[in-house]
Amino acid sequence: MTARTDKIDELAQRAAESDAGVSLAAAAWRRLRRNPVFLVGAGIVVLFVVLAILSPLLAAHDPADPMLGDQVVRARNEIPPPQPGHPLGGDQVGRDLLSRLLVGAQQTLLVGVLATLIGLAGGLVLGTLAGALSGWVDTVVMRAVDVMLSIPGLLLAVSIGALFAQPNQYTVILAVAIVQIPVFARLLRGSMLAQRHSDHVLAARALGVRQRAIVFRHMLPNSLGPVIVQATLVLAIAIIEAAGLSFLGLGNPDDRLPEWGQMLGQAQNVIDSHPQLAFWPAGCIIVVALGFTLVGESLREALDPKSRR
Amino acid sequence: MVHTRKVRTGHLAAVGLAALLVLSGCAESQRSQNDPNASGGAAKTGGTMTFATEGAPKLFDPFFATDGATFRTSQQIFEGLVEFKPGTAEAGPGLAEKWTSTPDGKQWTFTLRKGAKFHDGTEFDAEAACQNFNRWYNQKGAGQSTAVTGYWQDNFGGFSDGAKPSLYKSCAVKDPQTVVVELTSYTSKFPDILGLPSFAMQSPAAMKQHDADNVVKQGDSFVYPAYGQQHPSGTGPFKFSKYDKANGTVELVRNDDYWGPKTFLDKLILRAIPDETARKQALQSGDVQGYDLPSPADWEQLKKDGHKLLIRPAFNVMYIGIGQKSNEKLRDLRVRQAIAHAIDREGLVKQQYPEGAKVAENLYPDTIFGWTGDVRKYDYNPDKAKSLLAEAGASGLAVTIYWPTEVSRPYMPSPRDIFGFVRGNLEAVGLKLNVVSKPWNGGYLEDVDQAKADVFLLGWNGDYNTPDNFIGNFFADPDNRFATGSATWGNQLSAEVKAADAEPDTAKRKAMYEALNKKLKAEYLPAVPVAHSPPALVTSAKVSGLVPSPLTDERFNAVSLG
Amino acid sequence: MLRYTVRRLLQLVFVVLALSLLLFAWLRSLPGGPVSALLGERITPESRARLTAELGLDQPIFVQYFKFLGRAASGDFGVSTGVQPGDSAAAIFVQRFPATLELSVLAIVIAIAVGIPLGYLAARRRGGLLDNLSVVGSLIGVAVPVFFLAFVLKQVFAVELGWFPTTGRQEGGLDATRVTGFFVLDGLITREFDAAWDAVKHLILPAIALSSIPFSVIVRITRASVLDVLDEDFVRTAESKGLTTQVITRRHVLRNSMLPVVTTIGLQTGALLAGAVLTEKVFAFPGIGQALAIGFERRDYPVLLLLILSAAGVFVLVNLAVDLSYAVIDPRIRTGSGGGR
Repeated sequence: MTARTDKIDELAQRAAESDAGVSLAAAAWRRLRRNPVFLVGAGIVVLFVVLAILSPLLAAHDPADPMLGDQVVRARNEIPPPQPGHPLGGDQVGRDLLSRLLVGAQQTLLVGVLATLIGLAGGLVLGTLAGALSGWVDTVVMRAVDVMLSIPGLLLAVSIGALFAQPNQYTVILAVAIVQIPVFARLLRGSMLAQRHSDHVLAARALGVRQRAIVFRHMLPNSLGPVIVQATLVLAIAIIEAAGLSFLGLGNPDDRLPEWGQMLGQAQNVIDSHPQLAFWPAGCIIVVALGFTLVGESLREALDPKSRR
Repeated sequence: MVHTRKVRTGHLAAVGLAALLVLSGCAESQRSQNDPNASGGAAKTGGTMTFATEGAPKLFDPFFATDGATFRTSQQIFEGLVEFKPGTAEAGPGLAEKWTSTPDGKQWTFTLRKGAKFHDGTEFDAEAACQNFNRWYNQKGAGQSTAVTGYWQDNFGGFSDGAKPSLYKSCAVKDPQTVVVELTSYTSKFPDILGLPSFAMQSPAAMKQHDADNVVKQGDSFVYPAYGQQHPSGTGPFKFSKYDKANGTVELVRNDDYWGPKTFLDKLILRAIPDETARKQALQSGDVQGYDLPSPADWEQLKKDGHKLLIRPAFNVMYIGIGQKSNEKLRDLRVRQAIAHAIDREGLVKQQYPEGAKVAENLYPDTIFGWTGDVRKYDYNPDKAKSLLAEAGASGLAVTIYWPTEVSRPYMPSPRDIFGFVRGNLEAVGLKLNVVSKPWNGGYLEDVDQAKADVFLLGWNGDYNTPDNFIGNFFADPDNRFATGSATWGNQLSAEVKAADAEPDTAKRKAMYEALNKKLKAEYLPAVPVAHSPPALVTSAKVSGLVPSPLTDERFNAVSLG
Repeated sequence: MLRYTVRRLLQLVFVVLALSLLLFAWLRSLPGGPVSALLGERITPESRARLTAELGLDQPIFVQYFKFLGRAASGDFGVSTGVQPGDSAAAIFVQRFPATLELSVLAIVIAIAVGIPLGYLAARRRGGLLDNLSVVGSLIGVAVPVFFLAFVLKQVFAVELGWFPTTGRQEGGLDATRVTGFFVLDGLITREFDAAWDAVKHLILPAIALSSIPFSVIVRITRASVLDVLDEDFVRTAESKGLTTQVITRRHVLRNSMLPVVTTIGLQTGALLAGAVLTEKVFAFPGIGQALAIGFERRDYPVLLLLILSAAGVFVLVNLAVDLSYAVIDPRIRTGSGGGR
């Protein structure tokens, strides 16, 4: 429908081109291993994931416990400064900032991963339906997808976020995820269509392999490359968009389990007097989003036969 | 090829320039050529002040408004018969110089000020005053909707069609300087309510000319006539000049025919900046010379930066409401007392409230009639709370608690942080909280008003200086957000509130309110009063003459830029 | 071509109608809404019930929708309850759209003016320092939350250094004449040049913040497509023919690599609307984005409905324009088969 969809289709096209399978993946891996961009990105991502998983052990304090509350005096705009046992000090209500950042890693990863998985699952269902069945199912599904793609992503996420009567962590995840469904759907359908006339599918069909088996054993696995690329990029987008939702007041109001975007959104009013409350979560978001983007972009390049210049 | 491109570019530029010239031919600057004598030496007269407010006004006819932004503007343009003395909530003379009433409090004679003129040039006199009263009373159609004339209906009740009883009976012109207003019954809030922005005097001629009462329901809202949109005409020190909607600024200019001292400022610009941080930065960078409602967290910094922080006397209350409707255990006084003992109000006020905030012991501040310190006090005592709960068989009671998101009220600067504190307190005494948070305008008020919450955070900003404005509003109707009607004592409470308001004898009325305040704490306890919090406004150092008002009713007529 | 355009426009109507029904039904089912907004804190259960009936909000949803459509057909999309209470949603759109357009245009101009040369130079010096910097920079540009960047810019350049105003579109005291609603243009045609300059100053910081994402994307696309073209046979031929670099650049590389760049610019223009919600909120810039942000906060349903619909409409129109210009620039693309591949 639009040039944006063309871009997705182009990515999908590559799935068919990279039909060679294992050998190509191996070649891609060889290239990646020597790509500093990928290595930096992967380093960030691995560190982040490890931190997120281990954060309950690493966090010295309960992120919800206003243990330094005695040092909070709103009337004088005082919050707990860094002190022994609390290297980064406390937040607006006296909770340990470092512990919140650490536990925040876990929540942020959760938001990113869940949003991506839901988007992927939704896209998988729609895309496979459309790509495998074609005909009127294809037309209807793709029209719906095009309607959704016709609204800018963040705007759609924010609009969906505003449509929930009682925002919470899951409405945030859902709002971010729904925006990604059409992207994945279009991607999967495109790569399946591209494969429909490829040699190995034609061969399988000639051998009398059933339609369902062709879809699940051949077409779907071969579409995974671009899907993984897209998923990596979506992880970054999801984390940034969740922060945007929080900033607009559509985030999760329960802050006992912190998430970086939420921490950043809540710090907006004290950014000049207590910049650390904003800069720490913002820095974390930027680094992690950059990590995922670096990995995604270098994967895309590695899987692209054209980029072997 | 390069050649052609150059020519083309030149050509384009020429066409563009020509177009600009043509356009500028038909679009002349409409700037007013004024203030060549802006800096007039020693006198501080002159200049333009820009003041940043939270929101843009809905319209300029205060009778049809309920929003603070409209009142902020209208109070510079209009004056009422009664005016609150600057810096207080005390009623004093306004366009009426004095008044007397009959002993039953039903007939009031107002002596009007001489020489006051509306901005459209017509005289303010007794005739005009009565026309205002009759305008309010004779609203029809959409004008009778609660959404349009909320203040009238809250304070005076019904209209001339008699569908609902009205406090107002008639207005008679005795002579050009005297009006006699008759009421159907006595109420302690009259004539104070005439000081409310909604009941300011407006020019009958201008209202007639611009069709002031032609409010129309359209779709699911209301559309207001030209008068309220563009032609407000009052007697105040400032005149309405223009409303630049695209820029969110309202411009007011000096009324040179004002009956009192003229304003120092040539112009007052009220600019809507909804975001609190943005308002602060606009002041810091000099874009505006003052703004409303700085966050308490910024007070210290603003003072340190040399700005003038004007703290309003606290004229509000924040309370923790305890609903009587769905949770039976909460009808047991001991459980409500346990909640009161569980909350560390001292600690909460110290941590989360601004300088000057006080722990509340009554449901209204001590500047109001009938306040008493001799009420039952609930100290912070978790052990006592636990034993009270145990006594009532309510240990580990599950309670639905509501708190609002996306809002900041003067009595509740940061609901999220205040709730976090309260939650910790309540959980510490073993209550199981089912937390519901909803956006203020997106379900919170709606649910709380329908008494869906067992326990909730809310408060009230006072409009005028009578107890009825607080507790009358809360409890006069037993069908309220505390659902006191579901409690055995609910109807009694309502009756007591109404009786106190209707008592003309001052001494008796005072005793009645004091007794009521004691019972509200000791026997009824439908809400735990938590805090009275002073809101503030801030101006740059060179601004002087702005007096903070507990009613957020600041006037700019005495303001000058030094 | 014409048939294609007509079909796409019909599609647009369909999209907007479908979206309007969906949004309308959903928004009406939410708590809050006009009654709460009109009555505020003073509400009582009795007055709520009365106003709900008065406004016809107790009728079945499809009845309400058709009434809404009827009114919408005559330009009445309801009255704002939170952004500018009392103003019609349509008036808010008309009055704020020029602000956002001015801002978006400046943002995209900044992104293009810096992004294309940078992308081009990066490609010409592939692997060099500039190349690596621009690649990393463009990736970071996407990773920084727009509102955070806006905050930092405002804090540094407006609050600390005082070079630019912090908020708004124009100084209130300038008493500028309004003609078109585009403040910069107004200042120019009425020869109130101070007013125009003031409006420009108000635009600069938000425009820079808003341009961060399109800038990053444009740098990357320009770089990629210039690399593609450099790789093409005809450039190699030209080089072997001994043409100077300058000539090659002008005649071949730039022109041929601009196609994907044009597409991207078009797409980013639409996406600016989303970024404007965040940027305009930070700078209290009275455009469509700020209205949306306040609308979300105060649950102003009529305004949200109209603005989301028109944002979708604008985005679709921009996409259409991009696709059409694509077809004009590159005749190889046949629009006839556009929709169905």
